[in-house]
Amino acid sequence: MSGPAARALLTGTIALLTGFAVLAMGLAAAGYDPVLALGALWRGAFGSWYALTSATLVRSIPLIILGLGLALGFRAGVFNIGAEGQFYAGAIAATWVGLQVTGWPAFAAVGAVWLAALVAGTLWIVVPVLLKARFGVLEVISTLLLNFVAEATVSYAVTGPLMEAKRIYPQSDPIAATARLPVLPGSRLHLGILVALVLATLFWWLFTRTAWGFRLRAVGLGPRAAEVSGRISSGRVVAVALLCSGALAGLGGGVEITGVTYTLFQNLSPGYGFTAIAVALLARNHPVGVIFTGLLFGALEAGAQGMQREAGVPAVAVQVTEAVIILVIVLAEVLVRRAGTLRASEPAADER
Amino acid sequence: MDGDALVLLTGFLAAAIRISTPLLLAATGEMLNERAGVINLGVEGAMLAGALASAIGAAAYGSGAGVALAVLAGVAVAALFSAVAIGARADQIITGTAITLGAIGLTGTIYRTAFGPGGPGLTLPTLPAVAIPGLSAIPVLGPALFEQPLLTYLAWLLVPATFWFLFRSWWGLALRATGESPESARASGVPVERVQILATLVGGALAGLAGATLVLAQVGTFAEKMTAGRGFIAIAIVVLGRWHPVGVLLAALLIGGANALQFLFQAMGLAAPYQLFLVMPYLLALLALAVRTKR
Repeated sequence: MSGPAARALLTGTIALLTGFAVLAMGLAAAGYDPVLALGALWRGAFGSWYALTSATLVRSIPLIILGLGLALGFRAGVFNIGAEGQFYAGAIAATWVGLQVTGWPAFAAVGAVWLAALVAGTLWIVVPVLLKARFGVLEVISTLLLNFVAEATVSYAVTGPLMEAKRIYPQSDPIAATARLPVLPGSRLHLGILVALVLATLFWWLFTRTAWGFRLRAVGLGPRAAEVSGRISSGRVVAVALLCSGALAGLGGGVEITGVTYTLFQNLSPGYGFTAIAVALLARNHPVGVIFTGLLFGALEAGAQGMQREAGVPAVAVQVTEAVIILVIVLAEVLVRRAGTLRASEPAADER
Repeated sequence: MDGDALVLLTGFLAAAIRISTPLLLAATGEMLNERAGVINLGVEGAMLAGALASAIGAAAYGSGAGVALAVLAGVAVAALFSAVAIGARADQIITGTAITLGAIGLTGTIYRTAFGPGGPGLTLPTLPAVAIPGLSAIPVLGPALFEQPLLTYLAWLLVPATFWFLFRSWWGLALRATGESPESARASGVPVERVQILATLVGGALAGLAGATLVLAQVGTFAEKMTAGRGFIAIAIVVLGRWHPVGVLLAALLIGGANALQFLFQAMGLAAPYQLFLVMPYLLALLALAVRTKR
């Protein structure tokens, strides 16, 4: 294992341990039994075949897909913090198309739904991309603001145009049966897991084997330098990276609708768009790493539900763990960078 | 008819000012730390922490304690941000995002632990409106502007105060120098990191106060994620107000006014989905960014 990879593994492990230590201490301070709570977290994530497949893996799928998109942006040095909104945009489009495709062959139905989700996610980030290109508006804030617009749009959709025919609950009718993904018998694990793995492989190939991946990285390390020395149009690379990350987040929403819920409702996402930031960062924006960190955070989200059921600990508590993990990683990056500048002969800190 | 219109107008203005107050407080704080070269996305988290702290403090010891506790909570959140992003010089954007994420988790956990999973809710007495003698008797404007809770007056008084501080005091000069050129500020003896940390802590205090305003002067209870992006809107308000106290006041009023339109339209019997009004401030903030960011 090369030096940087070993270092990433080490900082990742330290970040995780710190995250769990803070969680355990916080739970103890709040009067919960930390051993019971962490045990429940473990059982909720890995305690049974059903927990592993239907809780952990099912939650990993959107996290991997969204995490890949964010990793793509982070590599180019742009921060799409609006994956949550793009996920919802994708989910809305997927539901709408999913309701129209009754009687279509399955592959066409699913394909149409996913395409709609992908397009919707892309469209949801078009405005931030244009604002950034035209006016230099920070994509961080513009994508963030649109999250709230997306949530309000879902709320409007499920109480208005997409509301179920019975008009009782604020949710849509289930999408056509042909647009639903096959599941592993005896579980809720759906075909979306293959999509996540295929996308990760594709991104690995893009990042490491193509000129485009190289340009992405060059722009991320220094847009001016990339333009001057590599004649790379960093504005275009950044725009494409953001659009792709929006597309992936939208697709994530579509996969969730076709594989898990079949219907649209508010709070469909337990914050996948934000957790995916931690997924990408912990993986150091490496696509294969995203598979593992996606599984890890999927387990954490699944375990949080178990913790709430068994130990009465509110599931949102794990968001604190996620925040701590992110903070430890950015701190570790600073330390590595400082060590790197001290020993200038060493390769750059985040080189792979 | 004319009398009705005036009543409507007064109600609209009062609502606009009430809604804009937390935005003004948070944006004034964020403006100070952005002037020092620090962009703190954790302002949303600080505001949320302030909101919960004010609810807990007010429920236990009254609204004064609520306000004090909110300020402390905001400062605590900003202190964590300062330690990571200024002390250790980690990425400000990622740090701020993580801190807001953590604050959502922490406030949610504390709230559910203290008040039960369903969140039966606690009802807090909202701060009374304090009429300013004489001024509140002015027709239309009087009841709208001069019959507000004390926190609103405080927010407005902060506008000339920050103006004086930024443009008339040595520390304000040091703060602006820090933001514009840290190297030359350092060269002329300004303790750059200390200025940035202090500005961020003040920003956190004001964000906490903004959270308290939301709970104690507007909603009268706490709910999970109740700040709903107001901290991020405050960041956009800073941009729209061109990092100037008076500009920030006008920008906050504009966004607050857009939000208050829903009451006006509802009173006028216009049928539109309420979500349309819900998204107005976010879209307006986005538009503001486009108009103002161009350098």
